Amino acid sequence: MGQQLLNGIFLGSIYALFAVGYTLVFGVLDILNLAHQAVFMVGAFLALTLVATAGLPFWAAMGAAMLATALLGIVLERVAFRPLRGRADSNFSGLISSLAAASVLEAVALQLWGPDVSRFPLGTFPDRVLRVGPAVVSLLQLTIVALSVCLMLALTLTLQRTRLGRQIRAVAESPRAAQVLGVPVNRVIALSFALSSALGGAAGVLFGLAFNSISPDVGRTVELKGLAVIILGGMGSVPGAVLAAYLLGLLEVFTTAELGSSYRDAVAFAVLFGVLVFRPRGLLGGAAVRTS
Amino acid sequence: MRLELRGVSRSFGALQALEGASFTVEPGTVHGIIGPNGAGKTTLLNIISGVLGPSSGEVVLGGRRIDGLPPHRVAALGLTRTFQNIRLFPALSAVENVLVGQHRVRRAPLGARLLLLPSAARERQEATGRARALLDRVGIRERAEERSSNLSYGDQRRVEIARALSAEPRLLLLDEPTAGMNPVEASGVGTLIREVASAGVSVVLIEHNVRLVMDLCTRVTVLNFGRVIADGTPAAVSVDPAVITAYLGAAR
Amino acid sequence: MESFLATYASVFQFMLLNGLLALSVYATLCCGQLSLANAGFMCIGAFASAVLTQRASAPFPLALAAGALVPALLAVPLGFPVLRLRGVFLAIATIGFGEMVRVFFVNWDYTNGALGLVAIPQHTTTLLLVASVAAVTFFFARLRGSRIGYALEALREDEPAASTLGIDPARYKLAMFVLGAAIAGLAGALEAHLTFMVAPSGYGFGRAVDMLVWAVVGGISRVGGPLLGAFFLTALPEALRAAGHAVGLAPGPLRMGVNGLILLAVVLFLPNGLVAAPAAVRALLRRRKART
Repeated sequence: MGQQLLNGIFLGSIYALFAVGYTLVFGVLDILNLAHQAVFMVGAFLALTLVATAGLPFWAAMGAAMLATALLGIVLERVAFRPLRGRADSNFSGLISSLAAASVLEAVALQLWGPDVSRFPLGTFPDRVLRVGPAVVSLLQLTIVALSVCLMLALTLTLQRTRLGRQIRAVAESPRAAQVLGVPVNRVIALSFALSSALGGAAGVLFGLAFNSISPDVGRTVELKGLAVIILGGMGSVPGAVLAAYLLGLLEVFTTAELGSSYRDAVAFAVLFGVLVFRPRGLLGGAAVRTS
Repeated sequence: MRLELRGVSRSFGALQALEGASFTVEPGTVHGIIGPNGAGKTTLLNIISGVLGPSSGEVVLGGRRIDGLPPHRVAALGLTRTFQNIRLFPALSAVENVLVGQHRVRRAPLGARLLLLPSAARERQEATGRARALLDRVGIRERAEERSSNLSYGDQRRVEIARALSAEPRLLLLDEPTAGMNPVEASGVGTLIREVASAGVSVVLIEHNVRLVMDLCTRVTVLNFGRVIADGTPAAVSVDPAVITAYLGAAR
Repeated sequence: MESFLATYASVFQFMLLNGLLALSVYATLCCGQLSLANAGFMCIGAFASAVLTQRASAPFPLALAAGALVPALLAVPLGFPVLRLRGVFLAIATIGFGEMVRVFFVNWDYTNGALGLVAIPQHTTTLLLVASVAAVTFFFARLRGSRIGYALEALREDEPAASTLGIDPARYKLAMFVLGAAIAGLAGALEAHLTFMVAPSGYGFGRAVDMLVWAVVGGISRVGGPLLGAFFLTALPEALRAAGHAVGLAPGPLRMGVNGLILLAVVLFLPNGLVAAPAAVRALLRRRKART
């Protein structure tokens, strides 16, 4: 039981790190960024390449990958989202645009790294195991949880305590009002994307390390779980995403233990469905309608 | 068809948009609703047409309670409307917009169209003919085939009125139909409204154009801060002290 | 020469199948619903028909009918709760549905779980495919200028305004949702009896996205749009295969990359799809002329 709890927390940490970026962009732009999973995947591959080819230590590789994905996020915003901003159907066209960007990124990854599974070289991370009561946890798992929590805390602090954070929240509430108040909306949106993508990239690196399996389509399943998480947590709510991610992680682990792994995926979608039908705004979501 | 409002109230959270609004629109009359901006006029229209539900109170149309009914059911009972900020279907032409308006009154089974029966083509021609005639009546002839989003503001307003009329309503709600029009155009709309009313259609008219309201309306209801502050003939209302205060501020 | 023809016959057949799938998405898009449920419905239709021919030796027409009817019947109870959701939430709910269908079949022993059914009799002919596409296209073409067709268009452009004209949104949206499910199911049945195998993995999120992309790239302002999109995007990778090989690009990444770039270009520059390109070009020329 304790072991399941720990595994659930571990899984939840990764989902959470992925989901907060996802929900941040939705909160700010009212767009579901389906390219987030591609950025996740690129982050993983970049870190892998830096470790395997350039021999960088894991920390440096992760940092560099996060920086690179942040930049990628800015490029994505500029190319695929900003041109659509004035349009009446911008949520729909933004969704399609993000799909297109994801395809392109996945194609590039396929060409560069091939379709097969790649792994971090042995020795990227020390292979130590610790005992916590009757349960067993690896140093890797602990580190991943710790890193995820730190990054999410960093995001939360940024959103709550810094000027940028205030500006982001203002734009999320009403871009027009924010603009009237002098907030540089374009820059804020670009930076939100940078933050979101950096976290997505980090999630990818940690995922790649945790499951030791990176391939160009690795983002696909996580994306769908991520959807379940942000819906459960409430679209646009960062604390909601964190809460929902851990809940889902625990739920999946316990379902696997009771019913077997083939039903694990069904849990996420049953939750997603249930939330949408009975409580569309999720656990901590705000109003479903946004002022323009 | 008679429209009665009984104690209609509507709040949005802490904001009380309407409070205890009651008045009656007699069949075949033109009934004006006026008041300063923010008085709750459009909210009232939204409640009557079913877009919103009242927080309390009743709306009775032709002896039947319609509060709480969804808009399409209210429309099915013979009530159509226009919108303050013009809501035409942008990608459709003026004629097509009016065709949509005819949805409720057309008898056009899909089967006939699928079987390519001549009756379907005939019905469509008739419907299009009726649509063109209506557009003609509101003064849009040459630009009927144009994409409605390309039309001028005044033209769009008139197309919207034509569209609302094409549903052959028994009660027509008009939300500031002459906004942005010059006096000649506004007067044209006024004539149209008079014609419509004389054909037996009740008209509820929200307007800021006081002259038009005075000329056209049999009765006027004045709203301020969500409450009805006056209700009577245009002449009576125009000298009502409460109304004058509302529009011009406290008495000197 | 024979193998050349065989390849091209196959591509042509897939163009037709994909055209049918794109039309199934058109059914929901044309009244403003962004539904990604049709891959799931296709899966249900494929399995329903395959089980009938393979296990019960049913005549092919009956299997086809079942392929269309079973998903249609399921679409009714699904539609009620789901169609109340707006925009992106509907999309997400339908994504969830699609995944639940996939997981269901993966775990159902009657259809061999993840392996699915094989050795399905190959009854589908090119003629049958042409007839199906023609019939569905004819239906939508006739629907377009009809009273109901205008109602659907109105719903797509401004649902609240349409409802004030007596158009019942729920009724029409449900009807089109069910119709889309029937068409997708039919396509599933036809494909099953063409490729003689049915496996749950073939009907995932990626498939649902593909269908949507064909309809969007082609454009939904005309009935021919989704067909154009499907034909173009199915044939193009084949045409590019030789060119890609010459430049050293593998077919997988090439196809994905080109599709992504085309989709991006369409969303950014031709938002009404390829089928609206002549009109867009004319408008552009008119504007240029007005400026000089």
